[in-house]
Amino acid sequence: MKTKKKLPALMSAKYRGRTASYGCVLAGWLILEVMMHTGNLSSLFTSLLVPVCCYIVAAIGLNLNVGVSGELNLGQACFMSVGAFTAVCLSGSLARTIPAPLPRLILSILAGALIAAIFGILIGIPVLKLEGDYLAIVTLAFGQIVKSLITNMYLGVDENGFHFSFVDNQVNMAPGGKMLLNGPMGATGTERISTFTAGVILILLALIVVYHLMYSRSGRAIMAARDNRIAAESVGIGIFKTKMLAFAVSSCLAGAAGALYGLNYSTLVPAKFDFNTSILLLVYVVLGGLGNMTGTIVATVVLVLLPELLRSMQDYRMLIYAVVLILIMLLTNNETLKTWVQKLKKRYTAKGGTAHDTES
Amino acid sequence: MDFLSYLINGLGLGSVYAIIALGYTMVYGIAKMLNFAHGDVIMVGAYVAFFAISNLGLPLLPAVLLSIAVCTVLGVVIERLAYKPLRAASSLSVLITAIGVSYFLQNAAQLLWSSSTKVFPSVISNGGISWNGLTVSWLTLITISVCVLVMICLVLFINRTKTGRAMRACSEDKGASTLMGINVNLMISITFAIGSGLAAIASVLLCAAYPSVFPTLGAMPGIKAFTAAVFGGIGSIPGAFLGGLLLGVIEIFAKAYISTQLSDAIVFAVLILVLLIKPTGLLGKRIREKV
Amino acid sequence: MTQNRKPVLEVRELGIDFGGLSAVNDFNMEVYEGEIAGLIGPNGAGKTTVFNMLTKVYQPTRGTILFDGEDTAKKTVVEMNHAGIARTFQNIRLFSGLSVLDNVRTGFHGRVVYSPVAAVLRLPSYRAKEREIEEKSRELLSIFGLEEEADNLASNLPYGAQRRLEIARALATGPKLLLLDEPAAGMNPQETEELMQMIRLVRDHFHTSILLIEHDMKLVMGICERITVLNYGMMLAQGTPEEIQSNPEVIKAYLGE
Repeated sequence: MKTKKKLPALMSAKYRGRTASYGCVLAGWLILEVMMHTGNLSSLFTSLLVPVCCYIVAAIGLNLNVGVSGELNLGQACFMSVGAFTAVCLSGSLARTIPAPLPRLILSILAGALIAAIFGILIGIPVLKLEGDYLAIVTLAFGQIVKSLITNMYLGVDENGFHFSFVDNQVNMAPGGKMLLNGPMGATGTERISTFTAGVILILLALIVVYHLMYSRSGRAIMAARDNRIAAESVGIGIFKTKMLAFAVSSCLAGAAGALYGLNYSTLVPAKFDFNTSILLLVYVVLGGLGNMTGTIVATVVLVLLPELLRSMQDYRMLIYAVVLILIMLLTNNETLKTWVQKLKKRYTAKGGTAHDTES
Repeated sequence: MDFLSYLINGLGLGSVYAIIALGYTMVYGIAKMLNFAHGDVIMVGAYVAFFAISNLGLPLLPAVLLSIAVCTVLGVVIERLAYKPLRAASSLSVLITAIGVSYFLQNAAQLLWSSSTKVFPSVISNGGISWNGLTVSWLTLITISVCVLVMICLVLFINRTKTGRAMRACSEDKGASTLMGINVNLMISITFAIGSGLAAIASVLLCAAYPSVFPTLGAMPGIKAFTAAVFGGIGSIPGAFLGGLLLGVIEIFAKAYISTQLSDAIVFAVLILVLLIKPTGLLGKRIREKV
Repeated sequence: MTQNRKPVLEVRELGIDFGGLSAVNDFNMEVYEGEIAGLIGPNGAGKTTVFNMLTKVYQPTRGTILFDGEDTAKKTVVEMNHAGIARTFQNIRLFSGLSVLDNVRTGFHGRVVYSPVAAVLRLPSYRAKEREIEEKSRELLSIFGLEEEADNLASNLPYGAQRRLEIARALATGPKLLLLDEPAAGMNPQETEELMQMIRLVRDHFHTSILLIEHDMKLVMGICERITVLNYGMMLAQGTPEEIQSNPEVIKAYLGE
């Protein structure tokens, strides 16, 4: 007890989780920057840096929704999609007005995050009236609807302004005009303005937002509503408003992540953000641990890299990926293994090591 | 007349959804899990039927029986190896495991049979019955009859046999069922076996209508049928039947009268609307939490 | 004595049906300011159902609930709490994933308010309000002898401590009326004795009225000033502990013919 008080504030039980998250991101950033500048990073890994950052941000958001708020969301990819195409369109149409990439990137990410948050709130109104598995299905349904809508959107810009068309491409533009959205083909010819540094900053911002929220009145309300709905209401916590906050912030982060993602590729198809992407994000969250942001970061990095590391296995890599996924779930839920780990932990703490209690 | 023919085609498609949805709903009822790998069992069933007909030269019926046998065994093996150890685990862990199984089946199929699309042989003759200018293909007729037959058999099995009653008891209360001497694990295995066998039947009907076989074939019908199960009230067998048929009809009508590209969006929008009006689906039970 | 006090709660002809069956019918009672009142009755008499109606967990089918002189017909569970009714639950409902301290902090949700934006940006209002919440929460914990457990998970507490924590959490919402649903269930005689002291202390210290459901007659007769007896969803008797103990109807209901 006394030794605990002597620890610096950042290492105390209350802050350990947060310190680990920030430390993890900063250390990763430093190491990767050094590797890039000394030429030790293959082009394949360099190309993965921005997407990994995007997945981490979207997964942190999803963890707020699934882990902290306790609502299964099977449609996180659709908010990435909304963010991505908003950002791509904005950046494309502002290319002449704001030629400098950095302010355009920041503006596009903000716009992507904002529009995705608005979508989140609109979708949240019906979704959050439901409970449990039914809620999950409706997020899945909205994911499909959003994908289907974006797949059928055509948007062009020329000297006369914007031209929009839905389902059938009837956009006729003056010469020199540019198609921003092209139905199933999505966005093409996007200027690639995303950077790894922007990705790292976005992760840090996402962590700050989520942690500051979690350790506040709103965060406690979100967790209370998750743990016991009726008791939460009985102490005056409005369930709908509380869950909506988590859902909207989660969508907002997914939108920002999508924006960064969209501006990292010259072409982007709407089918990229399908049900499988939503599921992948969910896998990162569950493997990293519900409510555990550091875990989410580590799980995302490992699972994005795993298929790449298994590239030498060629055809078998996705099969191994699937087996690894199943085995992790079976092992982490194995009772004998659980008690064994607990015993080991007890012995470790009894010998005077630091307690591994999780952040409360 | 167009309307009637769309309606019948919708019922045909809906029958396939209904048969798949029965698998989802029965498993949900007893194991309280969303079995995301169910769609991929359909895919395996389609491949087995394809090889049985094209390579072994079997006639349709034995090919279907072989497909049913393989899928039934596959369903039970998946349940025993992947889901049974997770009985006490959180529903999210089970969900992720099911997703893992789904990836596994898709990628195993890709390795074994390559990702290129195989053309399913035409197994049901093209003609149909014409009446007053309305033509109903044999395939649609057979599909609807198979679905009705499956439904009748299943209802009789669930309500009239000892095993069926034991299964219902397990989905109500596993602890009490164990005390009554019911082997809960066996009942869950039987449920998976039936669901997977039905998936095999659905796969042949599906491939007879859309004759292409590929590793991710089961994904979209899987999601649709799953939607149908929720639509009807997940856990309810008549609900899955009703949900499947309605979903098929809505999809065909949306394609015919509104837009082919937006038909999926419309189907999911209708699902959302239904859930907002009836939060537990058309025939689902509302469980009140005791305070 | 009670006649001079103002009623904080007045219930008139309250009733509820479940699937056509009447669970509670024609129920009348009042709780006065600063009073400790009891609600007793055999198992299944509808006591908890009355609590659920008073807090709007169940919407009553008939009758009126006046709280602080105001009709509460349109209020939700959350609004009833904001109006000043707090409760504990028969089957303890703590926030099991939160620490003991955080459980009490959630109680201040409606009383010490700042926006999520203030939280994310760590504005001065956040710091000031959080300090206030922390101080008040720790004070509550110390009253209930839980200050040592502040950082433990609520679900790791022993049973008796969980019951005390639920009361502390309810009091954090600043209620005018506190509803306790079998607070002594599962407690040994010594713990029950301490609980009685605590209930009196809560009434005096927080100036709240208390209505409690309890099967432990020693506790009920020991601290309640007035008792209402419920049987088969109907009010059987009302009066002081002495009146209730000598009421032949009540004795019949409890002991049978």
